[in-house]
Amino acid sequence: MPVINYDNSVIHIKDLRKSFGSLVVLNGIDLDVFEGENVVVLGRSGTGKSVLIKIISGLLKPDDGIVNILGSDINELSAKQWNWLRLRIGFSFQSSALYDSMTIRENLEFPLIRNKRNLSRTEINISVEEVLEDVGLLQAINQMPAELSGGQRKRIGIARTLILKPEIMLYDEPTAGLDPITSMEINNLINRVQEKFNTSAIVITHDLTCARSTGNRLAMLLDGKFLIQGSFEEVFAHPDARVESFYNYNFTADEAKYKTHNL
Amino acid sequence: MNSNDAGSKPAKKYLISRGVDGFFTNTYSVYKFIARFFKEAFTPPYESSEIMRQCFEVGYKSLPLISLTGFITGIVFTKQSRPSLATFGASSWLPSLISIAVIRALAPLVTALITAGKVGSNMGAELGSMKVTEQIDAMEVSASNPFKFLVVSRVLSITLMQPILMMYSAFVGMMGSFINIYANEKTSFRAFFENAFTTISFLDIFSSVFKSLLYGFTIGITGCYQGYHAQNGTQGVGKAANSAVVVSMFLIFIEEMIVVQFVNAIR
Repeated sequence: MPVINYDNSVIHIKDLRKSFGSLVVLNGIDLDVFEGENVVVLGRSGTGKSVLIKIISGLLKPDDGIVNILGSDINELSAKQWNWLRLRIGFSFQSSALYDSMTIRENLEFPLIRNKRNLSRTEINISVEEVLEDVGLLQAINQMPAELSGGQRKRIGIARTLILKPEIMLYDEPTAGLDPITSMEINNLINRVQEKFNTSAIVITHDLTCARSTGNRLAMLLDGKFLIQGSFEEVFAHPDARVESFYNYNFTADEAKYKTHNL
Repeated sequence: MNSNDAGSKPAKKYLISRGVDGFFTNTYSVYKFIARFFKEAFTPPYESSEIMRQCFEVGYKSLPLISLTGFITGIVFTKQSRPSLATFGASSWLPSLISIAVIRALAPLVTALITAGKVGSNMGAELGSMKVTEQIDAMEVSASNPFKFLVVSRVLSITLMQPILMMYSAFVGMMGSFINIYANEKTSFRAFFENAFTTISFLDIFSSVFKSLLYGFTIGITGCYQGYHAQNGTQGVGKAANSAVVVSMFLIFIEEMIVVQFVNAIR
């Protein structure tokens, strides 16, 4: 079981706003993620879920609001301080974003070599093999990304972030485009990462099975802000019709999927 | 007619202002990109192994194409020039004319155009593809400085390799010319090169090397800029590759014109 420290907020977001031209995407987001906690951000496509974690990882700049990560206000960080902070944040992309001209070994070595330049070749090899064992893909070490399945690519993408031993993990649609069994494997991996590395995480998804199995707390994003935060049951007990339709559609689709696979 | 005019005028004004705004925004973006290149290029740690790998990709792998085009340029220019010189009974000046044309203009220009087509488009497409598949973002979030790894190494390698490729192209072009002259006039190898180099000055070689450095830098920066700022999926990748070639070729011709004016003023 994960150990959650509710006295220590590793991510603190207050009144976060982000627009693209006239399109308002985030309109006053408030969120706290505590040490050791997995928070799932739910919402329909295009509601700004990915924008939120891109702001947390520094890929996008907020228009307004406070974003405090591991005690650092991101609006006040220099480029060097950002790099230092990024070593403590792992980002698993929806598309896996593996470097397709490199082997799996080179993919995993890449952030390690560039950030820990004093490591010996033996230490690098040990780190690479360790994280590959953690995600159960040691046999793929010399393969190219194109030779792997979607689920394997996701797991390698997670392994590449784990190699820097992050304190915070950001998962962008970890089960998108995967079959139910592979999705479940990814969900289990997210939970294993939380337990073994004691990471805090934000999981962006619209897959309710993923949300239920990986989230200690859920937050429903609607109209640029969180409508409700709480447990799975609390969120889906909300009277807003859009929450109900999100649940009904998702689980109708999921049930059909599960029936097809005799689960 | 009146109602149409009333409707179209604000739209035209809007398009012009958007065009002007876009021009200045792009110019500033290019300026920032170049400034960042110089800042990163001289700040350790250096990506020396990636620079060496890129030099191999840019230099060694371009040799067959450069050899072919350089050789053909030498032969064709010799064949085209012979009748004009023969009219004035000046066929013996052929090696001198060829060396001036090849070393001063043809080798730097032809090599740059070939490199822009082969390497520039490759840079635009490769970086564009990495951008739209979030590979560059993945490097960024792992604090791995994608700009230094992808852009600085590529721009430096093509800037360094371009003068070498140009000199190789000039040599191959001169050899093509010699073979053609030997076949027609039976001029010896020694006589050909003695005649060829009497008219070539240090300034000619220096300006060609300088031009090649400039062209290499232009091709590298243009290709990387287009790729690094690619958007809109596969369509954006195609656009980046295309723009990398078109814009760098356009800039190369402008630079050629400026450098020639400048060198002629010194000569």
